[in-house]
Amino acid sequence: MGGPGTAPRLRLPRNVSVMDKIRIEALDKTYASKHGRITALAQVDLTIRHNEFVTLVGPSGCGKSTLLKLIGALIRPSRGVLLYDGAVLTRPPRDVGIVFQEPVLLQWRNVLDNVLLPAEILGLDKAKAKTRAMHLLDLVGLSGFERRFPRELSGGMQQRVSICRALIHNPSVLLMDEPFAALDAMTREELGFELMRIWDTDKKTVIFVTHNITEAILLADRVVAMSPRPGRIAKIVDVGLPRPRTIGMEFSPQFKSCSDQIRAVIYHGEKADMR
Amino acid sequence: MRADRVSETIEAPDEAAEKAGSSAAAILGAALTFIGLVALWELLVHAFNIPAWLLPAPSAIILALAEWRDELVRHSLVTLYETLLGFALAIVISIPLAVAVVHSPILRNTIYPILLAFQSVPKVAIAPLLTLWIGFGMLPKIVVVFLVCFFPIVVATATGLSAVPEPLMELIRSLSASTTQTFIKVRFPTAMPHIFVGLKIAITFAVIGAVIGEFVGSEDGLGYLILVSTSQSRTPLAFASLVLLTAMSIVLYYGIAFIERIAVPWAPRG
Repeated sequence: MGGPGTAPRLRLPRNVSVMDKIRIEALDKTYASKHGRITALAQVDLTIRHNEFVTLVGPSGCGKSTLLKLIGALIRPSRGVLLYDGAVLTRPPRDVGIVFQEPVLLQWRNVLDNVLLPAEILGLDKAKAKTRAMHLLDLVGLSGFERRFPRELSGGMQQRVSICRALIHNPSVLLMDEPFAALDAMTREELGFELMRIWDTDKKTVIFVTHNITEAILLADRVVAMSPRPGRIAKIVDVGLPRPRTIGMEFSPQFKSCSDQIRAVIYHGEKADMR
Repeated sequence: MRADRVSETIEAPDEAAEKAGSSAAAILGAALTFIGLVALWELLVHAFNIPAWLLPAPSAIILALAEWRDELVRHSLVTLYETLLGFALAIVISIPLAVAVVHSPILRNTIYPILLAFQSVPKVAIAPLLTLWIGFGMLPKIVVVFLVCFFPIVVATATGLSAVPEPLMELIRSLSASTTQTFIKVRFPTAMPHIFVGLKIAITFAVIGAVIGEFVGSEDGLGYLILVSTSQSRTPLAFASLVLLTAMSIVLYYGIAFIERIAVPWAPRG
């Protein structure tokens, strides 16, 4: 079933729940390369619930970013089923916001106009979008910076702007691809808590890719631990820490148990990388 | 001792004021060197009694500029006109072509390699053929200018349009933006600094192109004037023409740089 060129066959999964935002079954993703086909993801099964905060964690090459792109319909699965709101995706869904490792702001636009870019492309009401943009910028502590240009802002501030841009059209899903990886440790922590605060007041399904295990546990309802070659899900860990999360939880037995479970699977057969 | 001081200035972290100071010093240094060289030239011509038909002194060139004022202005305007028209034609054709090449993989694989191959043809060698085909008027010069300007603009524009960072393209795709939206909101602004690099290269070629065209066959223009005055041993006039050509090149280049500053204030400046 499903060799190259065959469309993924739609097979309705059993017990589809209205609570499921994204449902992935038996998904493979392979790429053609000079040395034959490379399997980026193999046999991925994952269900993500409405308004759930899920982190994907694992070493380089485990396919976590690939999985994120599949969910955003930026690439297509080679095999298997990916249901978004119970339907097969043929084009990127409108209600998804994306944040990348680099802020990739438009240098020729000021902060406010950068945030408004998706609203323009989607043709949303200008006045409403502007009100929302101002609200979002205020939420991340950037009010007063609307007319500044990206080059005048620090890396952390630029990434805050890119988060506002991802939220401007009030998406129900937020895809974040190592969004804090390029920031210094303090800014990273600060932004993590800011993100949780935003998520608390305005719930969304968040899928957050990281290679930082601490970050993965502190943010998530569930941590999807992945291992490489081929990329696959090694374990799904329910974090179970109460919210709101605090920095002190890092030293709780519950946190330690999660982190041990994750480390055990993602470094399996690999030399432990002391990040 | 002197070298020590210079390196100190460069390494000093105190930035803007010192940077401005050192660039003013650099301009002053260059100006003084230039004046010194011209003075040396004047001196050597007189000291060795070099005849004016071989190498005129700077003072003789200035005299020629004054004496042939009207002629020089008329011929300069012809060359300027050819240069600007050919340059404008190159912009009007190159930029849409670059858009097409970036937009269509088929064009990228068919037209683009031919363009690259065509760039290897020396334009000076084509100039006589152009005269053969379209005669002695302004048109063949405009075509030569067009030919030399065309390529740098196409390449710079195509490179710029493709220079959008991959994550940004993914963001745009995730919003299902149309091709037009992608070009207007992202690709063109991203390409602007690149396009201006191409325009600045092209404008310096443009004047050369016009002169080449005039060398091959013409009845006016600064290239024609250089040809005629050297053949009649009126070397100071040839030098006067050369001075005007150089000035034209410099003014056009900085004109483009000035437009760039206004149009692309976000461009990195080297």
